[in-house]
Amino acid sequence: MSVDATTVKRIGRLARIRIEEDEVTGYQQELNAILGFVEQLNEVNVEGVEPMTSVTPMTLRRREDIVTDGGYAEKIVKNAPLSEDNFFMVPKVVE
Amino acid sequence: MTDLTKLSLADARKGLTDKSFTALELTDAYIAAIDKANDALNAYVATTPEQAREMAKASDAKLAQGQGGPLEGIPLGIKDLFATKGVHTQAASHILDGFKPEYESTVTANLWRDGAVMLGKLNMDEFAMGSSNETSYYGPVISPFRAEGSNANLVPGGSSGGSAAAVAAWLCAGATATDTGGSIRQPAAFTGTVGIKPTYGRCSRWGTVAFASSLDQAGPIARTVEDAAILMTSMSGFDSKDSTSVDLAVPDFAAAVERGVKGLTIGVPREYRMDGMPAEIEKLWQQGLEWLKAEGATVKDISLPHTKYALPAYYIVAPAEASSNLARYDGVKYGLRVSGKDITDMYELTRAAGFGREVKRRIMIGTYVLSAGYFDAYYVKAQKVRSLIKKDFEDAFGSGVDAILTPATPSAAFGIGDEALAADPVAMYLNDIFTVTVNMAGLPGIAVPAGKDGKGLPLGLQLIGRPFDEETLFAAARVIEKSAGGDFAPKQWW
Repeated sequence: MSVDATTVKRIGRLARIRIEEDEVTGYQQELNAILGFVEQLNEVNVEGVEPMTSVTPMTLRRREDIVTDGGYAEKIVKNAPLSEDNFFMVPKVVE
Repeated sequence: MTDLTKLSLADARKGLTDKSFTALELTDAYIAAIDKANDALNAYVATTPEQAREMAKASDAKLAQGQGGPLEGIPLGIKDLFATKGVHTQAASHILDGFKPEYESTVTANLWRDGAVMLGKLNMDEFAMGSSNETSYYGPVISPFRAEGSNANLVPGGSSGGSAAAVAAWLCAGATATDTGGSIRQPAAFTGTVGIKPTYGRCSRWGTVAFASSLDQAGPIARTVEDAAILMTSMSGFDSKDSTSVDLAVPDFAAAVERGVKGLTIGVPREYRMDGMPAEIEKLWQQGLEWLKAEGATVKDISLPHTKYALPAYYIVAPAEASSNLARYDGVKYGLRVSGKDITDMYELTRAAGFGREVKRRIMIGTYVLSAGYFDAYYVKAQKVRSLIKKDFEDAFGSGVDAILTPATPSAAFGIGDEALAADPVAMYLNDIFTVTVNMAGLPGIAVPAGKDGKGLPLGLQLIGRPFDEETLFAAARVIEKSAGGDFAPKQWW
């Protein structure tokens, strides 16, 4: 499989990365080089093989459904480029 | 007084408890060495001399009373991937500009608990994506090694290039590093240092900037096997804040270092004998096997049939997880923000400006393979191949193999700005061909210096172990270290 220029732009939108017109060809070549490289996985017979979900055999630990952390909103927003009253500030999203 | 920076971590520890010198003197020696070297090597992206001296003074107070932890007063460098409270933590990326976390990663907290002193944050490939430390927003790290008769700058490897360079150039007694596909072992091999990626789950990932969560593991880079074992003991341990952290007692790894290899069976995987492998790598590998045999190990040919598929499967799994993990950098919560006409515009412009080319390329690949219609063909397929890779190792260990010996890298360090590598992303990825299988299977792997190439550059061997049997790796690596007996220190030019 290989990607065309339209697909490169679509992936850029999905990934929320602006791809400028003059970058499209470069990305297209690089992505196709990588996709060409991974193509060799088609040689592998994976019939009846379970996809890996955990590299070490483990079941996720459970705990009581109670609050164990928090109460420091000012720390959470401390590194925000823009915040007010412990809220993150973003451009208007609802008209 | 002898140059304190040249001491091994173990010897520095002895000197501190003997009161031959103080933690403050040791720390000042490292701070002076960093001041002198960092313009040339670019190993540190941030230094914390005042904090280091405060920590050293606190250690001296404890040492004076005969107290202190296992790393009391030992100055360390920390990879920029670990969150350090109030201190530069940017994964060497522009998108985390100015980020100073309000919390401490579990691994670094464990080191401070044991008395270690922080010298600063170490350069790395941006978000740990790279094999040469050239993708850092802060510029490449220059290796302290140069080929004989040459002044050309070489790469220290990556992504933990700053860690490896700083350890090799005596700019810290040891360093933290991380390894997703080879990022501890490859730079260790390039710089004549020892680096171990422990079993997945041995070190907590909490507070470490995530790249590919099912592959990422922290580990140390140090100048000797013993030093690496000492650091590994402190860094490891169960952490309820990481759901994949394993609740298992941490052995005293240093106690295993001199255990020897008598009676062990060392596997030699035939699939690691790659076409076009340089003769000197092949020779080094044979030499390593001879050393282990001479100390009482048995060598056994084994097959890991899916080896060649590990790297292509990795370049689906790792970018997929990265595209998900790096979605959090959106110009809202921390770091860089580039304003746009609306919120989507702001996201797109922030991420375009904040991420470097290699990171963007991997996010794009990851987004593509996870997108509707391609998920089964790429991601699910790669995870199935991953199950087969893991089974290869299980079969080998099931047949009585205790550890596996392989080359660490397909070559010695290459030049900065290598044009052939820059033109072809896949060529750079091939650096991890011997190391990436270990991450895919979640196993422990150690790189140990074993010889030099024709130009005097260090070459490493890799040992791969059973899950949670890092002790055997330390013991076998120590045999190689002792047998090689070489001086893997760089000639100081900086």
